Amino acid sequence: MTRWAMAADLRRCIGCQTCTAACRQANATPPDVQWRTVLDLETGEFPDVRRSFVPVGCMHCGDPPCENVCPTTATKRRADGMVTIDYDLCIGCGYCAVACPYQARHIVHRARFAWSAEPAPNERARFDARRIAVATKCTFCVDRIDAGTAKGLKPGVDPEATPACVNSCIAGALVFGDRDDPASPVAQLLAETEHFRMHEELGTDPGMYYVFDARSRGEAA
Amino acid sequence: MSRAADQIRPWHQANWDARAAANFIGGGSGSGLLIAGAIAHAAGAPYRALALTALALIAVGLTCVALEIGRPWRALNVFFHPQTSWMTRESLVAVPLFAAGAAALWQDGGAYAWAAAALAAAFLWCQAQILRAAKGIPAWRAPRVVPLILSTGLVEGAGLLAMACALPSSAHALARPVSAALVALLVLRAVVWQMYRARLEAPKRALVALDRAAPLFHRVGNWVAAPLAAIAVLLAPDAVAAPLGAVAGAIAVAAGWQVKFVLVTRAGFNQGFALPHLPVRGSGTPGPSAKPGW
Repeated sequence: MTRWAMAADLRRCIGCQTCTAACRQANATPPDVQWRTVLDLETGEFPDVRRSFVPVGCMHCGDPPCENVCPTTATKRRADGMVTIDYDLCIGCGYCAVACPYQARHIVHRARFAWSAEPAPNERARFDARRIAVATKCTFCVDRIDAGTAKGLKPGVDPEATPACVNSCIAGALVFGDRDDPASPVAQLLAETEHFRMHEELGTDPGMYYVFDARSRGEAA
Repeated sequence: MSRAADQIRPWHQANWDARAAANFIGGGSGSGLLIAGAIAHAAGAPYRALALTALALIAVGLTCVALEIGRPWRALNVFFHPQTSWMTRESLVAVPLFAAGAAALWQDGGAYAWAAAALAAAFLWCQAQILRAAKGIPAWRAPRVVPLILSTGLVEGAGLLAMACALPSSAHALARPVSAALVALLVLRAVVWQMYRARLEAPKRALVALDRAAPLFHRVGNWVAAPLAAIAVLLAPDAVAAPLGAVAGAIAVAAGWQVKFVLVTRAGFNQGFALPHLPVRGSGTPGPSAKPGW
């Protein structure tokens, strides 16, 4: 059974936001809406200070609270783990947004553009009125994955079938693939490392993993 | 606080505003009043004005929500997911609730009044569960938010009924029993509030927002209103019992509205982000957990 999942290797991420820019470019999200972004987390007190960069977005949960609360069935979870939104069903009630513990959902009530009230030519070409006043979020670039797999490509291996953020990551920190396929890049990375999932205690079964150490060190400890 | 830190620690949800709070306020008070009205009617109180007020409150709340959704012309889609969505269930209950309420108004009570009261109880339950299912907002998803919303709705119903008992040509004879019920419900609400607040695990700023509201809601809304209602029951002369009960009822209702407004529009901080382990950098070791804003 396929379960598409992503891993963010926090040891590698440098917070360059290239994934954020790639997501914006690939998905034409409006200003202030970032389906993929990287948090800059400063912790500790001088001189023992740490800085961590944490890519976040929709976690494509196995038990998504957004799907459970959605009154319209616009939000659905596919058998392969992708959580999708049908923009033609969504009423923009915002219930999914308050149900998501990852702050991954966005509702834009008016068309907004980067440079002025009028869209730039590239914005006009890619503007999708269906996305106004409904919930939107990271799709794991589901269109690329579906089109790629239809061509026999392997998501997480073949760039044409892999999410834009993963393709763009200059540090190789983002890894994608079928969690249940031991040969997939994501399964192999998870097998070799210590990792966690965010807010796992809430029972959402998120599909995003965070790598924080090598497994060998964890075993030695 | 730097922009980076602001991005990580919990911030207030921006999707549900005062219009959503109005639904919990109107729906809670209206449901409570339909229940209280049916009981009072069985004891001889006039029904129509109470039921009309209750249905109007619920209708105002639902209208406010309709004004908040992004695509109001698709509002009927709200009925599509009764399997798991409490918002769908609330909507599905609202339809027969208004039908039963209209029939009860037409018949001036009777069996339809009890049907409307039962459906009002179901509506109130759905409203409480709507908040409980909002997993992204710690102050809402707390299990004790359910008894909090239920008890506030019932108190508001009894409070509005106590106010109605003081009106001319109303059931003055019921003023004392209604005030007695109000005392019991206020004590229940106070206990529920204390349990909710004591066990609540939420971001610091959500707790601050609730604690700011507590003096007015808990100390005045519960612990001033309850003794006033108790005096109306036990000590006040007949001529004063109803007005005193009405004052207690008004305070109780206002406090219930206030706490629901605060809960939705001031304490609705989201989960924020957390790392159970900070990553290894270079040849170092993993760091401790981080959960900013909690």
